[in-house]
Amino acid sequence: MDSEVTPVHAEITLLVNGTEHRLRVDTRASLLDTLREDLGLTGSKKGCDHGQCGACTVLLDGRRANACLALAVAHDGAEVVTVEGLARDGRLSALQEAFIEQDGFQCGYCTPGQLCSATAVLDEAERGWPSAVTEDLRGDPVLDDDEIRERMSGNLCRCGAYTGIVKAVGEAARKTQAEEAKA
Amino acid sequence: MTDRLEGREKVTGAARYAYEYPLDDPAYAAAVQSTIAKGEITEVHADAALRIPGVLAVLSCENAPHLHEVPDAELALFQSRTVSYRGQFVAMVVAETLDIAREAARHVRVDYVSEPFDARLSADDPRLYKPDTVNPVFPADTEQGDPEGAFNGSAVRVDATYTTPAEHNNPMEPHTTAARWNDDGTLTLYDSTQGSSPTQEIVAQVFGLDRTHVRVISPHVGGGFGSKGTPRPNVVLAAMAAGAVGRPVKFAVPRQQMFATTGYRTPTIQRFRLGADADGTLNSIIHEVFEQSSTLTEFAEQTATPTRVVYQAANRRTSHRLARLDVPTPSWMRAPGETPGMFALESAMDELAFAAGVDPVELRIRNDTDREPESGLPFSSRNLVACLREGADRFGWEHRDAAPGGHWEGRKLVGMGVAASTYPAYMRPNKATARADEDGTFTVRIAAADIGTGARTALTLIAAEALKADADRVTVEIGDSSLPEATVAGGSAGTASWGTAVVRACESLRGKMNGSVPPGGLEASADTAAELDARDEYARHAFGAQFTEVEVDADTGEVRVRRMLGVFAAGRIINPKTARSQFIGGMTMGIGMALMEESVMDPRFGDYVNRDLAQYHVPACADVRDVDAAWVEESDPHLNPMGSKGIGEIGIVGAAASVANAVHHATGVRVRDLPITPARLLPLL
Amino acid sequence: MRPFAYERAATADDALRLHEDGAYYLGGGTNLVDLMRLGVEEPARLVDVSRLPYGEIELRPDGSLLIGAAVGNSDLAADRTVRESQPMLAQAVLAGASGQIRNLATVGGNLLQRTRCSYFQDADKPCNKRDPGSGCPARDGDNHNLAILGHSEACVATHPSDMAVALAALDASVHVRGRGGERTIPIGDLHRLPGNDPQRDTVLESGDLITAVEVPPLDIPSRYRKVRERASFAFALVSIAAALDVEGGTVRDVRIALGGVAHKPWRARRAEEALRGAPAIGEEFQRAAEAELDLAEPLRDNAYKVPLARNLIVRTLTELGEQS
Repeated sequence: MDSEVTPVHAEITLLVNGTEHRLRVDTRASLLDTLREDLGLTGSKKGCDHGQCGACTVLLDGRRANACLALAVAHDGAEVVTVEGLARDGRLSALQEAFIEQDGFQCGYCTPGQLCSATAVLDEAERGWPSAVTEDLRGDPVLDDDEIRERMSGNLCRCGAYTGIVKAVGEAARKTQAEEAKA
Repeated sequence: MTDRLEGREKVTGAARYAYEYPLDDPAYAAAVQSTIAKGEITEVHADAALRIPGVLAVLSCENAPHLHEVPDAELALFQSRTVSYRGQFVAMVVAETLDIAREAARHVRVDYVSEPFDARLSADDPRLYKPDTVNPVFPADTEQGDPEGAFNGSAVRVDATYTTPAEHNNPMEPHTTAARWNDDGTLTLYDSTQGSSPTQEIVAQVFGLDRTHVRVISPHVGGGFGSKGTPRPNVVLAAMAAGAVGRPVKFAVPRQQMFATTGYRTPTIQRFRLGADADGTLNSIIHEVFEQSSTLTEFAEQTATPTRVVYQAANRRTSHRLARLDVPTPSWMRAPGETPGMFALESAMDELAFAAGVDPVELRIRNDTDREPESGLPFSSRNLVACLREGADRFGWEHRDAAPGGHWEGRKLVGMGVAASTYPAYMRPNKATARADEDGTFTVRIAAADIGTGARTALTLIAAEALKADADRVTVEIGDSSLPEATVAGGSAGTASWGTAVVRACESLRGKMNGSVPPGGLEASADTAAELDARDEYARHAFGAQFTEVEVDADTGEVRVRRMLGVFAAGRIINPKTARSQFIGGMTMGIGMALMEESVMDPRFGDYVNRDLAQYHVPACADVRDVDAAWVEESDPHLNPMGSKGIGEIGIVGAAASVANAVHHATGVRVRDLPITPARLLPLL
Repeated sequence: MRPFAYERAATADDALRLHEDGAYYLGGGTNLVDLMRLGVEEPARLVDVSRLPYGEIELRPDGSLLIGAAVGNSDLAADRTVRESQPMLAQAVLAGASGQIRNLATVGGNLLQRTRCSYFQDADKPCNKRDPGSGCPARDGDNHNLAILGHSEACVATHPSDMAVALAALDASVHVRGRGGERTIPIGDLHRLPGNDPQRDTVLESGDLITAVEVPPLDIPSRYRKVRERASFAFALVSIAAALDVEGGTVRDVRIALGGVAHKPWRARRAEEALRGAPAIGEEFQRAAEAELDLAEPLRDNAYKVPLARNLIVRTLTELGEQS
């Protein structure tokens, strides 16, 4: 009986928002609970704990992922960026600014996940990743509103701020592209 | 166009929600749900759970502390052995970590004696009865003239039955409480609530405390849509757990458990009879509603109340019949009453328009009224017709071919629909203080809640205007029961109710200031109870009109909303930016209601089986394409100092009918049972 | 969630050695962690196979693809070679889940997803798949999204994968390493019909490790189409993976696989047989679809899936015929 109920622990290292953390975690602990409860990084949210809402989305080794479905122990050595790591030296990212400007949220609970997800969407589009609404899979997709809507659909917003979210992502995409063109 | 004041906090993750406050050595709770729908608990076996390393306590009806005075039976946690519905909390585990608590909860074995139960709503259930009132204080039944006779004698008649399913609020933030008993015997709660003052009052009653010994802190709340309008069992559970282990305890209801324990919209069965002259002028309106509550609590949704408000007819009847079933307890969900009621009324009006050969917009204009039909009171303002005309104009309604069905674009059928919206402009008494400091800044305090509505921002704009000061010199403090007492963020009454108290406090402060602020500052307070008592009698309601264009895939029955426009008349709009989002958010939830939201009751078990966000579908980003909201200028001197009506709920009212009417126009098929899924629509195409 | 030991395997031999009774392989975890948290799965040990050297996609000289089992779903769908040579496979992967889930999920794990039947996912309810012999409440319960084909008294669950449906149409095969060595299983034989032992989703034995999926070349028009209750991020009510080769107005080759209708991706062999050599016209597509769906035994709430599947077959083949 006891072996069945006694927690098993493991030592792991996580690089979170540029800071290295050595942690002892229960093997059952999700990356999400580890961030929120052990590291005090409560920006990432728990909406469903089953990968069905996207509120927990973080950048895991550079890619968006549901932190609730990721076991911390399985991501020993990973580099994680949470919503707390999106601003640089107190300067908001283009997406963060656009979310405020376009009112891409109400209650704000899904917002950290939306922002991490959107950050990755811009990167994925840059790399030419297609989506379910990409007509020609052979070409490079253009990040229009339909593409943004499909790509952001893993992040539910019960307040229904989607119209603002889509505008914000579009605006940030244009801004990012313009800056790159300048550079 | 003011950005949300807490925007930066929300986009950087700095905004704290209830689970996220740093607590000294917190413990974690997990709840055990009943696996029977009705019966008695014979024994709770806690030993296996207690043997798990890290488990601190198991509480159930066998050892829970006695609660003092419980105003809501849902909050009488572990106070009896009776099980009233499947999924009811029957025990809890408190442990060092969440993983341990959750696992230990699976090891708590509860023995029951199960009894026969009934969880199926039907219109011929012998247990249906007429409640004394429907939520909150409306008569269950009303009647004027000879509704049956007038219906039978009418040239054009519609007699149809509509059903809406149970729907769950599903705010993104689960119902959450972190509780701490302080050394002086006071209780601090970080809670996801729509009202810190009402929660404070109820929790004080439940635990037999002086009200001032309970403090509820909730500056940010991750949505509620009514389900956090009253304290749910999580509040009592966390406080009880913290008392039991002598440490702060955190508890968030897991999403699956929310489907039984945090409220939902009752399913409804609604029969409508509309009788009209050949030109569509209504003679008779009969609206009969059948709906459910639990055996634990009577919650009677006011489904027929909008029918008492919207259209003229000399002969009319509304009725509500309620069945107390062995089901989880329904409660408020965004525009309770108006939302399901207006789906039925506005679908029936669409059917009448078709039967009478009258344009649906014109039919509604033809049945407009300048007095509230049942009360006879004048409307303080009513601009339904302006909304219909403005919306029709902007949406391109004149291009709509009147005949339903057959509007093909490839394999898609395309159609347009319209529906009216309405919601009462409620006001409740509130208190506020306003303070001026020597440095030229102002602080306004009120225990209001911002659950995403933009209340913090709107109240700041209201205060700045009343103080004749720049908004950046005004700080509004909300979300804490230690602030002046405020009513719940509900009934779309928040901004109007709180705002009035804020204005009065600010006016009083300005009177005291007399142009200058003395050392130490000045403070003034307001209580709007007397002011509200003295108001003239008017029928106060917001109105709107919603236009929708859908495409229906003829091969699959998939319905997608191509574009949707809501035009509203809701008094003065305080902050266009957040108001637009509120309207659109309501309409988006209406799209969900129309096309996908349905909690499926399995009457053999007595619970809702699709109890997560993969199976209970709410709209995703891809479902919301071109959705927009606009409003008509409306000046109404009979409301409040701001001239505002509420905007939080009207967006969902009528939205589902607008979509369903568009589906009918596209396909010629009338779906009277929501939601309009491929399963329901395809067989009819 | 029951406590478990966690081991990370560096090689397949490692993985097999670490896999003992009560152990599960862990890929991306998107379904397994979900089910563990529900108490549906209770492994005593997880053997993490996500970092095994099976992360490559190889285009072989004969035009076939060899896709490593640890390849992420996102990487599979984004791969230029896959998009060029098997666009239907990329479409199917992209139709599944969300961007963030596809980043975690692996090819091997995708194939081994378990049903989303709501009774299976509620550990407090009977379910023959979860608890053999306890009964199937779905059969007479909420089954609007469950099987119409190949179900049994014991189980009416559907397989949730989109990718597997495309692989079924493509005649893919699955490379497996087990205690007895390596073997290759045709995709159509990997998943089982429920029969009397629905607890077994596949023919895999304890310890078997999927190492790769092999997709033979198919250079004819193809597409994946998914019908669901919301526009994105939802499981299929019915989906189709189809490919059609028409020459001179006659069907030369045709592949049809359906998702959301059975305990496994449903290869519509009857319809295919009826179509080979037949005129590529709507009437024939319709007849073939009906021949397949004659086998359907709809349940209380899911009769709509019969016309839905039929319409999808006809519509998709018609569109592919226009491309041919």
